[in-house]
Amino acid sequence: MYPENFRYTKEHEWVLAEGDTGTVGITDHAQQELGDIVYVDLPKVGSQVEAGKSLGSVESVKAVSDIYSPVSGEVVEINQTLADAPETLNTDPHGAAWLVKIKLSGAAEIQNLMSAADYLSYIGAEK
Amino acid sequence: MVDFGGWDMPVQYSGIIDEHNAVRNAVGVFDVSHMGEIEIRGPEAAKLTDHVTTNAVHKLKLGQAHYSGLLYEHGGFVDDILVHKVADDHFFLCVNASNQDKDFEHIRAQNKFDAVVENNGDRYAQIAIQGPKARATLQKLTPVDLSTIKYYWFTDGEVSGTAARIAHTGYTGEDGFEIYVPPSEAVRMWQLVMDAGAEFGIKPCGLGARNTLRLEAKMALYGHEIDASISPLEADLGWIVKLDKGEFVGSAALRKQKESGIQRKLIGFEMCARGIGRDGYEVFLDGAPAGWVTSGSPSPTLNKNIGMCYLPTAQSVPGKSIQIMIRNQPVDAVTVETPFYKRAK
Repeated sequence: MYPENFRYTKEHEWVLAEGDTGTVGITDHAQQELGDIVYVDLPKVGSQVEAGKSLGSVESVKAVSDIYSPVSGEVVEINQTLADAPETLNTDPHGAAWLVKIKLSGAAEIQNLMSAADYLSYIGAEK
Repeated sequence: MVDFGGWDMPVQYSGIIDEHNAVRNAVGVFDVSHMGEIEIRGPEAAKLTDHVTTNAVHKLKLGQAHYSGLLYEHGGFVDDILVHKVADDHFFLCVNASNQDKDFEHIRAQNKFDAVVENNGDRYAQIAIQGPKARATLQKLTPVDLSTIKYYWFTDGEVSGTAARIAHTGYTGEDGFEIYVPPSEAVRMWQLVMDAGAEFGIKPCGLGARNTLRLEAKMALYGHEIDASISPLEADLGWIVKLDKGEFVGSAALRKQKESGIQRKLIGFEMCARGIGRDGYEVFLDGAPAGWVTSGSPSPTLNKNIGMCYLPTAQSVPGKSIQIMIRNQPVDAVTVETPFYKRAK
């Protein structure tokens, strides 16, 4: 369920680092908690984001929630398909519904994040 | 699960939209055991009930219920409630979970009559069966002919051998029933209702769908449309205020409001641009702050983003262009007629 090669935040985002690029999304646990997602707001390509700071928001029928960036860097690509199909976040949060790709400015940041096993015990304990 | 007035309650089971649609199209079941029950008994039970509520208690027949307000002297809401007339000397009030102790103290403080007030939330579990197939579902479980219970009437009968108060009421804008049973029977009742509704595709529903359903029907939620600072006249609930019945707690303040006019009034809106105006967001009229959103959500039935807000009374009419401040961005919306959804009879 939670890919081993991802790293996870306490705010329920994931990042997959490949070379100097990090792909960011929200976790399956997050989408379950949010419920039916109706809007996704993402930053512009070229904007700078900082680890731990808001990079956008997801809005469900229930509520709107900030997305916190797991890593720092420049946004190099955003997932355009989410504008028309935000519900993909409910069905494929770890795959087709990635949010942004970030050119990493501090690769070491990844080390501070949780492994899949740590994240699983984290959300287990949260319940 | 979320903490709701001390109760651990599910916001959703299969998903808010899925549950919402089940209620609009077939049937859904809600565990609303958190709701409080206050009973007023005694020779002057009717007098006390009439004194503390806004609606005309003397017009209630045995077995009839109505929506009403419990007010402070200044005209603001202590709570919004359902009053059921069980007997001439017995009234059964269904109140909001988080308000029940406050309601109880408030009513007791006003009890200058020969009446007894009981805080009986622990003695009742409540299950709401709502939707066009609600009657067919519940009918399988009770010998009471449900077609004989008119809307906002109730009967004390049996559900699967258990004594139950069966009320033709609801908080969804859909046809349906609310049953009050002993807490020890609640789990069994829930399972029986689920089984009886299986052929109709019954869904368990959480607080999330309860909110979207009541919002479409423009039913007030305490802490949102109404609270201690809001009067029923402001909340567009003038129909539950019977000033001609005589003095009651809050009547002087309401009479004054009626004479001098109210400053603000509740109105529905629809978003015209992308965004959802949610609870607490500021509302702008002609570029200036003018009010606030009390509730807002996507409407699964209408496929629009809807909500309710307070605006200055003169502006609180359908067809006004407004802007709602959504995360520091003004987003266009328009005031509309309510309810947003009305079921076909």
